[in-house]
Amino acid sequence: MELHSRTPSGPIEQAWDKARFEMKLVNPANKRKHNIIVVGSGLAGASAAASLGELGYGVQCFCFQDSPRRAHSIAAQGGINAAKNYPNDGDSVYRLFYDTVKGGDFRSREANVYRLAQISVSIIDQCVAQGVPFAREYGGTLANRSFGGAQVSRTFYARGQTGQQLLLGAYQALERQIDAGRVAMFPRTEMLDLIVIDGRARGIVARNLVTGQITTYLGDAVVLATGGYGNVYYLSTNAKGSNATAIWRAYKRGALFANPCFTQIHPTCIPVSGDYQSKLTLMSESLRNDGRIWVPKTKGDKRPPNQIPAEDRDYYLERRYPSFGNLVPRDVASRNAKNVCDEGRGVGPGGLGVYLDFADAIRRLGEKVIRERYGNLFDMYERITDENPYKVPMRIYPAIHYTMGGLWVDYQLMSTIPGLFVGGEANFSDHGANRLGASALMQGLSDGYFILPYTIGNYLADNKLNSVEESSSEIRGAVAGVENNIQKLLSINGKRTVDSFHRELGKVVWEYCGMARTAAGLKHAIERIRELREEFWQDVNVPGSDADLNQSLERAGRVADFFELAELMCIDGLHRNESCGGHFREEHQTPEGEALRDDEHFSYVAAWEYRGPGNPPELQKEPLAFEYVHPSQRSYK
Amino acid sequence: MRLILRIWRQKNRNTKGKFARYEVNDVNPDMSMLECLDVLNEDLARRGKEPVAFEHDCREGICGSCGFMINGVAHGPLSGTTVCQLTMRHFKDGEELILEPWRARAFPLVKDLAVDRNAFDRIIAAGGYISISTGSAPDGNAIPVSKERADAAMDAAQCIGCGACVAACPNASASLFTGAKITHLGLLPQGQPERDLRAVRMVTQMNLEQFGQCTNIGECVAVCPKLIPIEVIGRMNHDYIAGSMREPEAGEA
Ligand SMILES: Cc1cc2nc3c(=O)[nH]c(=O)nc-3n(C[C@H](O)[C@H](O)[C@H](O)COP(=O)(O)OP(=O)(O)OC[C@H]3O[C@@H](n4cnc5c(N)ncnc54)[C@H](O)[C@@H]3O)c2cc1C
Ligand code: FES
Repeated sequence: MELHSRTPSGPIEQAWDKARFEMKLVNPANKRKHNIIVVGSGLAGASAAASLGELGYGVQCFCFQDSPRRAHSIAAQGGINAAKNYPNDGDSVYRLFYDTVKGGDFRSREANVYRLAQISVSIIDQCVAQGVPFAREYGGTLANRSFGGAQVSRTFYARGQTGQQLLLGAYQALERQIDAGRVAMFPRTEMLDLIVIDGRARGIVARNLVTGQITTYLGDAVVLATGGYGNVYYLSTNAKGSNATAIWRAYKRGALFANPCFTQIHPTCIPVSGDYQSKLTLMSESLRNDGRIWVPKTKGDKRPPNQIPAEDRDYYLERRYPSFGNLVPRDVASRNAKNVCDEGRGVGPGGLGVYLDFADAIRRLGEKVIRERYGNLFDMYERITDENPYKVPMRIYPAIHYTMGGLWVDYQLMSTIPGLFVGGEANFSDHGANRLGASALMQGLSDGYFILPYTIGNYLADNKLNSVEESSSEIRGAVAGVENNIQKLLSINGKRTVDSFHRELGKVVWEYCGMARTAAGLKHAIERIRELREEFWQDVNVPGSDADLNQSLERAGRVADFFELAELMCIDGLHRNESCGGHFREEHQTPEGEALRDDEHFSYVAAWEYRGPGNPPELQKEPLAFEYVHPSQRSYK
Repeated sequence: MRLILRIWRQKNRNTKGKFARYEVNDVNPDMSMLECLDVLNEDLARRGKEPVAFEHDCREGICGSCGFMINGVAHGPLSGTTVCQLTMRHFKDGEELILEPWRARAFPLVKDLAVDRNAFDRIIAAGGYISISTGSAPDGNAIPVSKERADAAMDAAQCIGCGACVAACPNASASLFTGAKITHLGLLPQGQPERDLRAVRMVTQMNLEQFGQCTNIGECVAVCPKLIPIEVIGRMNHDYIAGSMREPEAGEA
């Protein structure tokens, strides 16, 4: 299969304008005749569904939670970037573009990133107009702060609940369209397969999670905005329900999966405290603006932090990266934390932690200011750890947080299946091998509000779609496949619970395809994942029935898909014989221990094509050209 | 720690429910209430029994999915905290806890501890938004908002829609929830053009959903995990009355 990115030719500044001008338009009277299926109600899905509804299309929107307002986007804390340059500190669309390409370690498509930076400005305007209560200066203008990986203040925020407020804005816009009768909402409904007819995406098979009913929904285009797959690691900062099922089943129907091994480990999470632990809690990276990260200079120094004098502390990020200091990008910060802990200088139980210390900031600014900036985060920390971070430094450790990989999409955000569009964290675009802080919210809303509504219109206007027979063999086949899978899971009646498998899988992926990877480790992981998967299909126990709310059954289906995806992540990580961004292959590092890219051989997007059960996936490459930001060794020194 | 849990088990809306008694032995004080239920559920699943259904997703106190009564108190004993953030160190070894779903006519039961809160979505759909279509917004700084006002709007906007306010209210009123949205949008300059209509339509929908009337008891505020202030209800009533005079038709559902 050949990959066509459909990137417009000509100067990058005009690419999006040019693409929009060349798009075909759907006659307003015809819009309501098209039904568009949007799976997902997070930032990307809710904004797309609302905007498509506003344009007059018929929209059906799906989520697995009981309400669209609860999508995982709600948990984003720190903020959203935009090249507004309100603080007049030298920001511009070009600089945001530059920072994002560099931050992604030169593994993203330049034209997409440029468009993202351009659109960022309109996102803020849109959200303000919706009533998103962003932080303000005393004069009434919007406030900004800086965030990891950037030297300008371009991050907009609503206390520590930016994702919540942005999602509620999109949710309210969505509810407005529901009220207007243009969007039909299907909560507690999980997509379990994609319907492809004559090579085009024409609908989904979904299960009502309360009644168990399997239903097909047909349409002229399908949007997947189903979020990331970080929960493959079991312990992650993602919401418990976040999963890869929708994109995985689309992959098995022919959508290519790009860069699956590009996952992001976030440096500031609350360390693991016990076996029972169900998830990891993020402490927003914005804390790195005022908190200083350190560990004791000497191994095994067990003194309480306040008894370790300054000369016995190692502020290792400030020492190694004097110009960015505590604000280096996430991959760099995480790896350094791992290194100091591997050296035996970690703090807290098990030695898997580093200090994030606010004592200096409190001395300089006063506790009140710190409380105003981070109060809810400090409260959350205290609630979980029973320690008061105003008095003792926080303990943090890296945790899996975000997945840059996802379904491959072209410039129009269309996958390799015509009519299947992918937005938000579910696609691979824009962040390359490492995402900068506060740019996922930006990308989700850019995709949903400002890109998909155009590109889907173009697809509909440009293609004549035949009507679909409900009784077609493709539909019957997809429904039967879904039903068989469910019956199979329920009938194994083995001895192990779904969660026990998931935890074990997560440990393998974290160990061998986490912060540092080696060829030998990845090969071992692939073997181990296959064994475990086999065991899963023989020994899992899924209690209950398929005819009512059955949370074990929901999880079983998701974990079954995680097993397959985990293998693909390792295959991808093994093939990429270089280090870049979050993908750190120990064999490939500079003498100072930084990621060593191999642009000559790996300057491409690795898109994997499903070749049927039991067959190895086939690698397709989309070469990356850098005409504006020239690849260099990233330096934050 | 060891705990005794009496949990409401009910297969669905059409069958009768009852309390079941469980002992959980390996409770770690650092666990959350939901992780304690995970431990119980793993044990049930291992024995081929059906685990207890409960809602959850973020486990960070922000999505509003989780929530049930613990010994008669919505989200349990710790103020400003959802059950997913409630750690077991707040209970005593050997303590007995009674876990029940939210009980309100407007929140029909789904299964065990899970209820249907879509009435909240319909209240928002009735006007809990600012009508601004994508692409038509002016520059973000074109409308200054004083810091105090933005902060007060944010205080109200923090509502997570968990439903604890309804569950705690003897009248099962949704006034705190509805008032929070009316206040958030009504405090902002962007929210002024639709302020009357919004209040009238949302309150009308709230009444249609069979929530009870507010009689100023204040239980809602006591259990609200986001500490939404009671003033939002006064504001709702004010905007509703003012709006009903100016937009009399809007209240006709
Ligand atoms: C704790 C935390 C903090 C973060 N903070 C920030 C931040 O400060 N700034 C930033 O830019 N980014 C942040 N991120 C990242 C960002 O929040 C996410 O990348 C982003 O919100 C993803 O949005 P989305 O719309 O793509 O998907 P999601 O919000 O994950 O939504 C997925 C939707 O798809 C639905 N869905 C999934 N599968 C199915 C299925 N099979 N059938 C039906 N529906 C389905 C779900 O119900 C949901 O509605 C943070 C992430 C985490 C975990
Ligand atoms: S699980 Fe999200 S608020 Fe408790």
